[in-house]
Amino acid sequence: MTTSLPTERLEDLYRTMLLNRLLEERLVNLYRQGKVVGGLYRSLGQEATSVATAFALEPGDLLAPLIRNLGSVLARGIPARDVLTQYLARATSPSRGKDANLHFSVPEKGVYSPIAMLGTLVPVVSGMLLAERMKGNSVVGMTYLGDGGTSVGAFHEGINFAAVQKLPLVLVIEFNGWAYSTPFEKQSAVRTLADKAIGYGIRGEVVDGNDALAVYEVARAAVDRARAGGGPTLLECKTYRMKGHAEHDAQAYVDPKELEEWRRQDPLARLAKVLTESGVLTPAGLRAAHEEIERRLDADVAFAEASPFPDPSLAFRGVYADDGIAERARRGIFTGGL
Amino acid sequence: MADPRVARGGVTFTLTGGEGPGVETTYLDAVRQALFEEMERDERVFVLGEDVGAYGGAFKATEGLLERFGPARVLDTPLAEEAIVGAAIGAAMRGLRPVAEMQFIDFISRAFDLLTNFAAKNRYRTGIGVPMVVRGPSGAGVHGGPYHSQSPEMYFVKTPGLKVVAPATAADARSLLKASIRDDDPVIFLEHKFLYRRVRDRLIPGEDAGTLGQAAVRRTGAGLTIVTYGAMLWTALEAAPALEVDGISPEILDLRTLMPWDEDTVLTSVKKTGKCLILHEDTRTAGLGAEIAATVSEKAFEWLDGPILRVTAPDTPVPYSPPLEEAFLPNAKTLLAAARQLARY
Repeated sequence: MTTSLPTERLEDLYRTMLLNRLLEERLVNLYRQGKVVGGLYRSLGQEATSVATAFALEPGDLLAPLIRNLGSVLARGIPARDVLTQYLARATSPSRGKDANLHFSVPEKGVYSPIAMLGTLVPVVSGMLLAERMKGNSVVGMTYLGDGGTSVGAFHEGINFAAVQKLPLVLVIEFNGWAYSTPFEKQSAVRTLADKAIGYGIRGEVVDGNDALAVYEVARAAVDRARAGGGPTLLECKTYRMKGHAEHDAQAYVDPKELEEWRRQDPLARLAKVLTESGVLTPAGLRAAHEEIERRLDADVAFAEASPFPDPSLAFRGVYADDGIAERARRGIFTGGL
Repeated sequence: MADPRVARGGVTFTLTGGEGPGVETTYLDAVRQALFEEMERDERVFVLGEDVGAYGGAFKATEGLLERFGPARVLDTPLAEEAIVGAAIGAAMRGLRPVAEMQFIDFISRAFDLLTNFAAKNRYRTGIGVPMVVRGPSGAGVHGGPYHSQSPEMYFVKTPGLKVVAPATAADARSLLKASIRDDDPVIFLEHKFLYRRVRDRLIPGEDAGTLGQAAVRRTGAGLTIVTYGAMLWTALEAAPALEVDGISPEILDLRTLMPWDEDTVLTSVKKTGKCLILHEDTRTAGLGAEIAATVSEKAFEWLDGPILRVTAPDTPVPYSPPLEEAFLPNAKTLLAAARQLARY
């Protein structure tokens, strides 16, 4: 085992990936019970990419996940109950019911929400980093894009801007083979998306996205380089989407043999094997971690389910800093008593 | 007064006249002054865009800023509106006050997604405001053709979370740009390029910001309310004396802010005159006139003694050749005809 992570951080890495998986299993149950209001977007099999990249950041750095980067936000200290209340659309959620799933921001933890339009985070996070540089702060930003997302114009404009400005940006390309049902062959004619880095004059890296320790090392190098003024990195993590686009999608378009091959590359099992073989964790330690997380999730799920839905009046607030604008526009609208 | 739309050079319009305190200042210089004074006042304010640095902007609205504030606060960007607006959003979310220039406002379409889906909804979804301004030259009258003459206001007026400002005078260009920069929400600031060097006011340097959301009564009258904004204010003022001769004294309202538009001032005036005519350079269908007409009909129906009329551009692109562009734009003649028709009720 080669890693620069100390033992306690290795344990933490494993526990965070495990939390990612077990929390998602809870969400699947809630979805099947009809309690998840919208769609459920799985990250099964992609936990190492999310968690190990985010582990490379320091406190004060910025992270803007995409919808499958549940592990990234957990790694930044977002509690599981915030994710549960988001999916259940409750008043206690970070967005107070105004948006779904991982669409929420916690600026105190440097976590910024994606929007559904892919690629837009690339210029936006670049602007955040520009601001921090103008303020004299040494802050690194990390954001994510799938293989499909690299086809969007905002990706090009954003990474080119970051490259010209030499901004401390790590753009993780989470290559999972699918954009909804569209395979990569229909997405791009390149074989390796990191090669696109050449076109922007920046560093490109490719790593096995299911090898948590390898992902961490290459992400850490990219973060350190960014902080030292070396500019952006396009970091491609090769992984695989083990479930459909969302929970409703039975992924009938996927070859079951391919899924079986990738199942043998499960990132959590691989990390558990490495950590037990090297003596960082014992089989009993793995079981104890599992039980402790499940116990905490029991409480988090209970909290989310007991949380109230937002008051309908909240729908009209927070459009502008001045709530009077939306309120004035409502005058004369037949509101049915709202 | 000659029709400003066909006048050639040397024509200037002013509300403040040639006398009194202050320095005679063009609309363009007023924009530049606002940027300069806000950057002096608040170190969080910076500008970014194509050719805004050494070149001073395609219309020279940022001339002199680079020399005074340096390249970190006067940022020349790649030719990429999504990057410009995206970076402005990110910087605003981290506490700065960016002012992004669109070289021509037509190009704002390239950043439509960032504006309508990111900037507009960010406060509502996440509680984090986006205090930024996206400004640029809007409007027709200078033979710019289909891609350098558009009036894109309604794409943004229709998007909750954005504010839209369209000054018609040099004084407003300065005071409302300052107010837009100080505003806590994203503002689309439409500078009318026809007015850049044609209108001027006597301005006192350093004067404070104005207030968004307030219309100005540019001419008082009791016969007919004309609601307008941007360059069309001057067309309305040009038509006023002829209407006065007809015994139809028009009250002319300059909206100045299009979202949120000043419903109270419009309703007060219409309740006084009983007649409402809306004049805008934007095309007709679902233009701001439609919204104003609907609101007046809902809230001042009992006071109306005639139909609500609209004088607008037709539903076509903006043509290039002068006779075509002249046919496209509303002018004092078409306004007079509509006002006289309305006055007969």
